[in-house]
Amino acid sequence: MTPSSSSVPDALPDFRNLGVVARILVGVNLGAFVAAAIKATTFQQLMGEFLEIALVVEPALIASLAVLSAASPWLARLPYFIGLAAVATLVLVLASGAAFLRASVDSAPLGVVRAGAFGLLTTAIVAGYFHLRNRAFSPALAEARLQALQARIRPHFLFNTLNAVLSLIRKDARRAEGAIEDLAELYRMVMADAKNLTTLARELDLTRQYLNLEQLRLGDRLVIDWQTAEAPRDALVPPLLLQPLVENAVYHGIEPGVAPGTIVIAIRRERDRVHVKLTNPYHPEHQHRQGNRIALANIRERLALHFDVEGVLESGVNGSSYEIRMTMPYRRAAPQSVPGERAAA
Amino acid sequence: MTAHAPLRVFLVDDEQPARERMREVLGDLAAELPNVVVGEAATGQEAIGALPAAAPDVVLVDIHMPQMSGMEFARHLAILESPPAVVFVTAHDQYAIEAFEVNALDYLLKPVRASRLAGALAKARATGGVRREAVDRAAVQAGQVPRRFFSIGERGRILLVPVADVVYLKAELKYVTVRTADKEHLLEEALTGLEQEFAGIFVRIHRSCLVARRRIRGFERVTDEDGEGAGWAVLLDGVAEKLPVSRRQWPSVKALASS
Repeated sequence: MTPSSSSVPDALPDFRNLGVVARILVGVNLGAFVAAAIKATTFQQLMGEFLEIALVVEPALIASLAVLSAASPWLARLPYFIGLAAVATLVLVLASGAAFLRASVDSAPLGVVRAGAFGLLTTAIVAGYFHLRNRAFSPALAEARLQALQARIRPHFLFNTLNAVLSLIRKDARRAEGAIEDLAELYRMVMADAKNLTTLARELDLTRQYLNLEQLRLGDRLVIDWQTAEAPRDALVPPLLLQPLVENAVYHGIEPGVAPGTIVIAIRRERDRVHVKLTNPYHPEHQHRQGNRIALANIRERLALHFDVEGVLESGVNGSSYEIRMTMPYRRAAPQSVPGERAAA
Repeated sequence: MTAHAPLRVFLVDDEQPARERMREVLGDLAAELPNVVVGEAATGQEAIGALPAAAPDVVLVDIHMPQMSGMEFARHLAILESPPAVVFVTAHDQYAIEAFEVNALDYLLKPVRASRLAGALAKARATGGVRREAVDRAAVQAGQVPRRFFSIGERGRILLVPVADVVYLKAELKYVTVRTADKEHLLEEALTGLEQEFAGIFVRIHRSCLVARRRIRGFERVTDEDGEGAGWAVLLDGVAEKLPVSRRQWPSVKALASS
């Protein structure tokens, strides 16, 4: 809610993300090592100092991360600066606490007040790092959106669909109306801001609308096997995650064939991860893979922007079919924003 | 103008709604430009089979089709003695459009406007059959090579021989012999052009011979006809003949075989 000049509002990192946790662990330990190195003159001394610091830093660090991870959904709902203050207070308490415990065992070299101060300093540095990282990626997000605009929906698809709709107007005006509504909704989504996550339910609706249009012109040649009964409809995913991949599946898997081909869309949740599998017929003689590679790179990049190392995309040929597998963490949308079968306008 | 017999039009498009739409627009034009749709097909192969009976004046062909592109289809048509005129139709294909412009080939953009279609048909009637050199060059420029088929003209019909079935191509005086496992055909093309277009599929073993790379089974040492000493011959899947490899080509052919 804080007004901000940059296009991406500041937000606390997601403390449940493996990438975020790894960055904090490495960063803090590196800091501790540097602190030890400044005091020490010999290698022996360095190791001793580091160990001494670690005895205070590690318990405080691990306890902080554990609490932050547990409190992550609650923190995410706070305004940025209040959330930051909460994190700082927590680190202050835990760092001083760890130093206090250590001091009670034997006369500690690291005083309680100094430990608290170091804790605050470290929090400020880490927060600064994530702030900068956020800023650095905001052009990348804008870029991703631009690419989504340019590379997503092929002009080939737009003009062929318009042509197919024209063929309907005289003999089946109602179907033509439905098709134009689908087309409008599809383009509204493509032209929307792609910065924020959307729900899987919306993505599925969008993909279905897109496939309705493809069915219009391809008819029996396009068969869709929806294995999405167990898909977590409230899962948060990057917008336009599915539709471009399905569009590729149609372009490379269905259009080059005369006989009907099947696209399988399988989505399920396994514990705290969402698994997406897309399969389409593979035509080795139809090797215009350039467009496909760009689309895959684009989606991989957006998965990384949103989920860091926890968003994975793999693709490859499996016998006579081409397969794409994606996994990402299962994050739920706040209940009120989950659309039902039809999203509210 | 209206003294002409109705223009005979044939439609080739893999999408049924697109063919229907074209029929509608042609129907709208009928008063201004009398025409009759003499047939339609969903693939190039199907169209080539149906053409002799339909005897169209103009073929409207989509570029983006499975198995045989619209450009390849036009190249096959162009071998006929008096081929029909061809007007390409495309939703969006920048490379193809540039190639059409450069080679003065007529094309329409989908969705097709009646006025544009009328113009294209009138022009097609005036200029007549598709020209072979123009469409060959356009296909190369648009990157729509190699073809999937060789086409052999047989008394007004076109016989399609899948490139994948061909074992070797051999230059004779004016023709190129196309050898499959069970047949031989005569092709009116130059071997050098074929070598360029099918570089990934055939390899030159001799001044006058290209063989399919994946048909090479092995090599055998043979003595030259003129007794100049020993050379090599290539053994091929599907035919019993052994084809001599020229001394000049041997290093590159051998490298291919060992890789």
